[in-house]
Amino acid sequence: MSRSSSSAVLRVTVIGAGVAGLTTALVLAERGIAVEVVERNAGLGPGSCSWHAGGMLAPWCEMASTEAIVGRLGVQSIAWWRERFPGTVSEGTLVVAPARDLVELDRFARRTERYNWLDEAGIAALEPDLADRFRKGLYFPDEAHLDPRLALAALAERLASLGVAIRFETDILPEAATADLVFDCRGLSGRTDMPALRGVCGEMAMIRSRSFALSRPVRLLHPRLPLYVVPRGEGVFMLGATMLESEARGPVSVRSMLELLGAAFALHPALGEAEILELGADLRPALPDNLPRVERAGRVIRVNGLFRHGFLLAPVLAQIAAGAALDPHFNTELAHANFA
Amino acid sequence: MDFYGVELSSRLLLGTARYPSPKILEAAIRASRAEIVTVSLRREGGEQRAGQAFWSFIRELGVRILPNTAGCHSVKEAVSTAHMARELFGTTWIKLEVIGEADTLQPDVFGLVEAARILAEDGFDIFPYTTEDLVVAERLLEAGCRVLMPWGAPIGSARGLNNLFGLRAMRAHFPDVPLVIDAGLGLPSHAAAAMELGYDAVLLNTAVAEAGDPVRMAEAFALAVEAGRMAHAASPMEPRDMAAPSTPVVGKAQLT
Repeated sequence: MSRSSSSAVLRVTVIGAGVAGLTTALVLAERGIAVEVVERNAGLGPGSCSWHAGGMLAPWCEMASTEAIVGRLGVQSIAWWRERFPGTVSEGTLVVAPARDLVELDRFARRTERYNWLDEAGIAALEPDLADRFRKGLYFPDEAHLDPRLALAALAERLASLGVAIRFETDILPEAATADLVFDCRGLSGRTDMPALRGVCGEMAMIRSRSFALSRPVRLLHPRLPLYVVPRGEGVFMLGATMLESEARGPVSVRSMLELLGAAFALHPALGEAEILELGADLRPALPDNLPRVERAGRVIRVNGLFRHGFLLAPVLAQIAAGAALDPHFNTELAHANFA
Repeated sequence: MDFYGVELSSRLLLGTARYPSPKILEAAIRASRAEIVTVSLRREGGEQRAGQAFWSFIRELGVRILPNTAGCHSVKEAVSTAHMARELFGTTWIKLEVIGEADTLQPDVFGLVEAARILAEDGFDIFPYTTEDLVVAERLLEAGCRVLMPWGAPIGSARGLNNLFGLRAMRAHFPDVPLVIDAGLGLPSHAAAAMELGYDAVLLNTAVAEAGDPVRMAEAFALAVEAGRMAHAASPMEPRDMAAPSTPVVGKAQLT
């Protein structure tokens, strides 16, 4: 392949229709490149770990517990999602802690930025249903959230409008693809070519409450059992997520649900009356440093290791990967330091 | 220092949970110079043997593994977890935790003694997580334990040595049993204080794993453990009520 010829003749295959694959395909398609997406499952759905994601675009909250690079990259993704997915909700994030764990809130604040301290009245103004529940909170006004399932569908629709098809029930290995360039976005299945990948189990629950409402994701800090609650609209909430160094994809354990549902009950007793709609578990693809990688080996470009930051990081990684595709000299492994 | 016939030079034992990433965990272990790391089985997919990727990572670090029964609330759970650990890691060592109270994670000392008896008969080398209670400690030794691990403070509380008197009494009461402060340490000064009391080692996890910079904190603990041990060996002075001038007062010129 030659760079001097028009990039439109370049044939590109993206393997995997999770958030990494679909964002990569869209970034390429928007640059006028002929892309196809192949996916081994029969449709967008629980076959991809993106399906079970929280969908929080919360780079500043993540800074409190991950390396700074995740936050710095993630910040750039919020605008990308807003422009492409109208369902992106820009209402920020609220972080609270029970009275006995207020030191957790101080520590969280110390490790991040772009937040305001809220008192009881401030919390009630943002989330009336949390009035009188917590004395102090942190509000991250610049963060956003989305419904991962709707976002994946929206990406697929945008791709379709650009003439990009997703071929479902097509299980091919990168070396078997005939395209000029292959983007390997297979997540944990990509460990055949990235042996350092491991799965980190996350368990979640979907509940519906008719008497409790939130406008934004709320994180409840706890030394052992942190919880986030993401509103999905119509009274539906996603509760997440455990993080276990385990490669058991499920079923969800009683202990994990006790912890998640117990924490939800601690957030507000009204959630005790909520209906359980769904329990889910999946494996986050992670590398030993829990940071993502874009690397190129010949005509294969791998985008992987998104860990628990799929929706937060995918758009930026997709742009890096597209850069890799269009630059014939891009052949070095992109260590996380290079992301800075 | 000798644990069940194994000679060790590092007096810092490190837990492997809750680090930002396995890579940072590895760097922290190196910086701590720990020769023993604890690994929890229950939480990390024990029953289905699904924690394999993480466990192989730990195995490849080349440090001695002390599997623990963290999160077990009954004798039966703890005993079966210990058996699983022996099979998985090929070691007879087991850090025995039987939790009695969910909020303080206080050990259930009755269950602990019972589980220790069962496991000792089965050939395990037991490192019991216990309180500073001397009678319980005696029972654990009778059950077959050759190392005791009293808490400094509740797990993850970062409070340091809660009961200095009790811990000092324990050291005096068991001069020849290896004693390890397990749990509750938050700062290197807590670790140094434990070593100055004459404890043989300290075991910690959260204080390093959840520090903003775990690798640096691991090294800080390593230095503190060394300093405390050295101070203990150097026979520190006793506190006294009155000033003891370091230069003679008598015969000094009166300048005022």
